[in-house]
Amino acid sequence: MNRPVLRVEQISKRYLLGEINRRMLWEELRDKLSGRKPAPERSGRPDRREHWALRDVSFEVREGDVLALMGGNGAGKSTLLKILSRITAPTSGRLLVQGRIASLLEVGTGFHQELTGRDNVFLNGTILGMTRREIEARFEEIVDFAGVERFLDTPVKRYSMGMRVRLAFAVAAHLEPEILLVDEVLAVGDAEFQKRCIGKIGDVAKSGRTVVFVSHDAAAISALCTRGVVLSQGRVVFEGNQNEAIRFYADSRSVGGNDLRGCPGRAGSGEIEVVGLHVRDGNGQEAAAVRSGDPVEFGLVYERRRERELPRMEVQVFVSTYLGAPVFTQATWLGGASLGEPGAGGEVRLRIPRLPLPAGHFRVGYRIYASPQTRPDELVDGVESAVDLQVEGGRFFESGKLPPLEQGVCLVDGEWRMGESEVKT
Amino acid sequence: MSDSQIPVSASLPAPAAGEWTSVILPRRGVFQVPLGELWRYRDLVWMLAFRDFSSSYKQTVLGPLWYFMQPVIVGAFYAVLFGKLARMGSEDLPQFVFYMGGLVPWTFFCESLLKVSGTFINNEHILGKVYFPRLAIPVANVLTNLLPAAIQFGVFLAGWAFYWLENGTVLRPNLWILAVPLLVVQLGLLAFGLGCLVAAATHRFRDLAFGVKLGLQLLMFASGVVFPLSRVPEANRWIFHLNPVVPPIEFFRHAFTGHGAVTPGALVASALVSVAVFVAGLLAFNRAEQTAMDTV
Repeated sequence: MNRPVLRVEQISKRYLLGEINRRMLWEELRDKLSGRKPAPERSGRPDRREHWALRDVSFEVREGDVLALMGGNGAGKSTLLKILSRITAPTSGRLLVQGRIASLLEVGTGFHQELTGRDNVFLNGTILGMTRREIEARFEEIVDFAGVERFLDTPVKRYSMGMRVRLAFAVAAHLEPEILLVDEVLAVGDAEFQKRCIGKIGDVAKSGRTVVFVSHDAAAISALCTRGVVLSQGRVVFEGNQNEAIRFYADSRSVGGNDLRGCPGRAGSGEIEVVGLHVRDGNGQEAAAVRSGDPVEFGLVYERRRERELPRMEVQVFVSTYLGAPVFTQATWLGGASLGEPGAGGEVRLRIPRLPLPAGHFRVGYRIYASPQTRPDELVDGVESAVDLQVEGGRFFESGKLPPLEQGVCLVDGEWRMGESEVKT
Repeated sequence: MSDSQIPVSASLPAPAAGEWTSVILPRRGVFQVPLGELWRYRDLVWMLAFRDFSSSYKQTVLGPLWYFMQPVIVGAFYAVLFGKLARMGSEDLPQFVFYMGGLVPWTFFCESLLKVSGTFINNEHILGKVYFPRLAIPVANVLTNLLPAAIQFGVFLAGWAFYWLENGTVLRPNLWILAVPLLVVQLGLLAFGLGCLVAAATHRFRDLAFGVKLGLQLLMFASGVVFPLSRVPEANRWIFHLNPVVPPIEFFRHAFTGHGAVTPGALVASALVSVAVFVAGLLAFNRAEQTAMDTV
């Protein structure tokens, strides 16, 4: 077994909530001057104003590991990354590090709008811990990787978002730290660039260095990572093989039911509220699980909340992986359907004739708009991750076989044939 | 573990020596200032200074000329306001030499202090995302200010040379000129130390940041920048000498002109105060830096 390069020992992190204001200063001064302990320690009661983002977190990362860090919103991933990257100190516990840590928490840190691309490579590189000499040695490579040769002497503020991200990632990717922290950077940039990023993370891992990877992309985690840690409410709830971690995380999230009243994460102007999202099988029966290749029906039960003229209602349903990566969507404006004016209440149904999903856990979300323009300000109601969709293996393909989830989150038909090559050689 | 308890980690065994390159604990010791690390990041200090300097006059037509214009205009303004209208006097010195002689060291001190005191607040977007020795920023800030100070010093020197050649009797430069670099170091240390103290105190309660701006404006009038200290009765002069900025400024004028009420005692005292403030600021900054990003 490889030697450990990062050991997190009983790390906890407390944040104080609430606004920093006069009262806080006054209370602190009073406590300091009178030599009293702060209020919570005196009374032994929990303090509403403090929040433990991490509690007693311990794990170990060995050389060459690619560790996936998973957890829902507020689970403590970001706080943990901040402590690992030394942006802030833990409240208690200890962190042991072997080698240099570099983070890609947010690429392009310290980019200065007014400086040229060339200057920013040096500025960003030194911020990340490189020396000028190290940057000079890799300058060509960095510029090549980013593909911005022509714009090196242009101020970065004239760059497109994509160029900026590419340049920033290129600098960070050439850091060669012993431990690399990556957080969701793959969400930005075009597909070609994402591929290069994944490749770079793979290279880093293959060269025996260590990566800690925060992602919502099950396929990327499964392919790149060797281990997984799942956080929930600031604690480590699972540590082990990356695929087991994905499964554990999925299971821990499959709670709920179909009732959406009081559902968190609801957005929109609120004239209409979907109170229930039902998943039914081909016979119209409410189903705990549906099968690949079978017909599936989604039923959105809605109620009018506020009176405002809504000449029409446009509905979108989308299915994503339990980690949040979108798989497919269907919408009234795509199918050319017109639902017309919504009544005081009712149900909108969407039928998918052949469910193109392999066995696994998925999430279903919806959005309701007042017009087919689907501008964000016309969102009436929406929940990104509303209910669970449990898919069991079925006969999508003639053979009855299904590829595992790791090989693709979506199923498509295909026709194979063999013959002479039509390409002239 | 109940909600209010801080988990105990004292039971952790000590790590084997040499096995880990760094051990990160909730708090560093008061005197554990990562100076070695700062040295390894010296290229960053340089780049930050370069950034501040070169970006500040981007898209201006006059460019660095502004560093040159600003003190000249302010100096001329003071000469009219305090010299001509208020008749504060300039110890028989040409007014340009007198006011610039005060403004050059004062501007360096004042600008450095303001820059350093805003370290956490102005650099939140970088400090919140990536680690590097935080001290790199205040150090770079002081270094950045050396360049405009040098330009302004050049302006002062040109004017001073002009008057000296014209009439050699009024200006009596002396060997103390050789000690002027030390004065720059002293003002730099003082501005760094005070700025760090303010930065450490203001990342949570920003009131002091406003107070510092106001205080600096008032302090200038109490620092012998706009009137000669010799106008103050000798019996009361010690009050001005309590202000550690006064002796260096008076010393600067004295070195170039032979005028100025400065005593060796006051100079030594202000140097000691500067070093003490520097050390205090360094330690306070080092302590605040570790969790400053939680509360900025």
